[in-house]
Amino acid sequence: MPVNDTLANYSDWLYRAAALVYLFAMIFYTVEQAFTRKAKRSEQARELVGAGAPVESAGPAIGRIEEQPGRDRPERFGRMAVALTVLGALLHLSSIVLRGVATGRAPWGNMYEYGAAAMFVAVVTWLVLMRKFEVRRLGAFVLTPVVILMFLGGTALYTAAAPVQPALQSYWLVVHVSAAILSSGLFLVPGVVSLLYLVKVRHDRDPAKFARLGPRLPEADALDRLAYRTTIFAFPIYTFGIICGAIWAEAAWGRFWGWDPKETVAFVAWVVYAGYLHSRATAGWRGSRAAVINSVAFGMVVFNLFFINLVIAGLHSYA
Amino acid sequence: MNRALAFARNTWRGLTSMRTALILLFLLALAAMPGALLPQRSLNLPRVNDYIAAHGWWGRLLDRFEFFDVYASVWFSAIYLLLFISLVGCLLPRTFDYAKAARAKPVLTPRNLSRLPHHGTATTDDTPEQVLAAAKTRLKGWRLVERAEDDGGRSVSAERGYLREAGNLVFHFAMLGLIVALAIGKMLNYEGQVIVLADGSQFCNSGTAGYDSFRPGLRVDGTDLDPFCVRVNSFEAKYLPNGQADQFTAKIDYQAGADLDADTWRPYELRVNDPLRVVGDRVYLLGQGYAPTFTVTFPDGQSRTQTIQWRTVDPLTLLSEGATKFDPPGVTDPAERRKRQIAVTGLFAPTAQITDRLLTSVYPDLRDPAVAVDVMRGDLGTESGRSQSIFEIDRSLVDDGRLTRVARENLKPGGVITLDDGTRVSFDGVRRWVSLQVSHDPTQLWVLVCALTMILGLGVSLTVKRRRLWVRATPDGEGRTVVRVGGLARTDQAGYGEEFNRIAAQLLSPRRVP
Ligand code: HEM
Repeated sequence: MPVNDTLANYSDWLYRAAALVYLFAMIFYTVEQAFTRKAKRSEQARELVGAGAPVESAGPAIGRIEEQPGRDRPERFGRMAVALTVLGALLHLSSIVLRGVATGRAPWGNMYEYGAAAMFVAVVTWLVLMRKFEVRRLGAFVLTPVVILMFLGGTALYTAAAPVQPALQSYWLVVHVSAAILSSGLFLVPGVVSLLYLVKVRHDRDPAKFARLGPRLPEADALDRLAYRTTIFAFPIYTFGIICGAIWAEAAWGRFWGWDPKETVAFVAWVVYAGYLHSRATAGWRGSRAAVINSVAFGMVVFNLFFINLVIAGLHSYA
Repeated sequence: MNRALAFARNTWRGLTSMRTALILLFLLALAAMPGALLPQRSLNLPRVNDYIAAHGWWGRLLDRFEFFDVYASVWFSAIYLLLFISLVGCLLPRTFDYAKAARAKPVLTPRNLSRLPHHGTATTDDTPEQVLAAAKTRLKGWRLVERAEDDGGRSVSAERGYLREAGNLVFHFAMLGLIVALAIGKMLNYEGQVIVLADGSQFCNSGTAGYDSFRPGLRVDGTDLDPFCVRVNSFEAKYLPNGQADQFTAKIDYQAGADLDADTWRPYELRVNDPLRVVGDRVYLLGQGYAPTFTVTFPDGQSRTQTIQWRTVDPLTLLSEGATKFDPPGVTDPAERRKRQIAVTGLFAPTAQITDRLLTSVYPDLRDPAVAVDVMRGDLGTESGRSQSIFEIDRSLVDDGRLTRVARENLKPGGVITLDDGTRVSFDGVRRWVSLQVSHDPTQLWVLVCALTMILGLGVSLTVKRRRLWVRATPDGEGRTVVRVGGLARTDQAGYGEEFNRIAAQLLSPRRVP
């Protein structure tokens, strides 16, 4: 099937537009973050909403920090940032769909496409979480890695639209890779939030540390919960993705597991995520250690995408 | 004696504690990493040799500590063995506890329900009995126990979500099963590769000698393979205009079981992603390449024709190299024969481009084939007893002067070289070959079953919440009843609130007194 170059060009254009819009959204979030006054404990009015459920007396929750009469300026910036994020996501989605139409296949046949789709999932995850948790002002922290990864994807990893090679012509491309994309995109959020958790805990222990950022973050407890709940949503999907990969490898490469570098690092990331889940049930490992483990695990996911594809030769024929 | 026992007990406790399991998990992750960063023998032997050669003592040190065979190394095995033991030691008591908990009654209602994370209260005109009857109807599906209390009140303890622990146990047992299945598979599997010309040539899985390379599992000696035969009739490759591969198809026939005796062949189209599955083995299309055909006509008029696979040098353009070797016919004196053996060696290009007499290939398909060959004459060393590659001539014989180059020429199909003694070497054309892999792994289905069970268990254990709910109805002494409800999630607190509020509202509100 030949590639439709016009559509492919539109897709590229939309990709760049989406990245740019995210960049602006990021700036707006930062403005909101920077100008919102510090939390006053007594005014933390809102409850953390977990899976849509109010949790009574779950302690001070992520709060709308200060309700002022009317909408103050940071508030307006925050709303614009959300609007921009939605706009960016729409552009992003159009870009992905157009790629798929232009090439006549699932639009995740190489690293550029993979990264684009994973970042889209990350943004959508964030938009969904923002509806459920009062964490809008953290938008900048989530969009920063998204913008960086999209920039790298659009430059260093960029691949022109083309059909995929015989090894990738299988419906497992759809199943295995979309599970990997979905879980990697989801994992980005807890990865970032766990880092913020570490900042918050450090600050709570010694208010002199992170004196500017610390007070503006939601409560540590809430960050921890947000990270945990997103992780346990993504982890089974990741597991499923790895199993599908093994099934595909059995059909394509002659064995279901062969310690190919990509398989190895996926295994390592999986084990580290399992470690995260265990750490939350182990005395002395909850809290900060668990957060470190979660961030390390996401680091492994990113490492698998970039380093293993670009530096190490393996069977995974992306790049 | 006692000390030894205590030591054993402490070791066992330590090994099966959650913290040890956690540390072992991280060790496993850490130990797996070098395998991704360093070349591995099982994947790419030449790169390992290059690496060791390039890194001197450091390379040799890494080799000594098995860093090029990570997944078969003593230390990697030790970690997963310990993890396995720890897992068993952790699962057995948990299973017993679960069996006990599954039969136990929900716990007593706490004295003060308003201390719980979720709670609510109301007063109603109903009697305690009526309140509890309504509560029990509402709490269908929960495990319930009703108790009378000292002050004339009654209470219900309810608990739900036992499946969480069940799912968790299923997950871990399935993982145990997976590890065992993997280990058995390592014993019984084998994997062999062979190149077959796509011109009706056959390959039979009758012994290891038929393979170009063969990797047996620990308990396989190659005497007992599943018999079947494959005949490769043709191979077709489709390419995009830019040379990127689009589709490979090998048309084959195969026979196995009763078909072998009856000599019946069944057709199959072998593709990448589409192995042939036959008598518990799988046959894969791994690669492809070209086999040029040469005819050597000796001065006495006798001729010999051979088509031998040449190996691919550049996977994108399928530029290939090789050596096609000929014995002079009818020469019985070995010494004489060793002076007159001939090898045609060099490069083959499916779509040739010749610049300054240098041959390269610009496209992987057969558009304009050509060879650039050296014709060598002399002693090929085929009788020396030393094994040699079918793709190369023995360079040391050239250096010794026992094998000399007698011509160098670029040829298109039909092209002929005439040597000084009248011998004619012609390039007749080219055939395709495919490389096949035969894999055998009797436990892989079990591995899959275990893996899917793991997902199932994981899904259950991560979505189900273990939670408790209590209802207490106490007469307030003025003819009315105070109803109190309380709730506690035993795992993750967030997420129970909504369900609790819904139930509490129904239990408290219908007859709530203003
Ligand atoms: C390769 C080794 C292991 C892997 C990949 C693994 C994986 C997992 C995963 C993914 C979970 C998540 C389920 C959940 O959070 O509820 C879990 C839970 C659990 N695992 Fe393992 N596990 C391993 C070994 C062990 C061992 C050796 C032990 C005991 C010493 C153990 C004890 C537990 C316990 C107690 C839970 C429940 C934790 C909780 O309540 O959240 N696991 N395991």
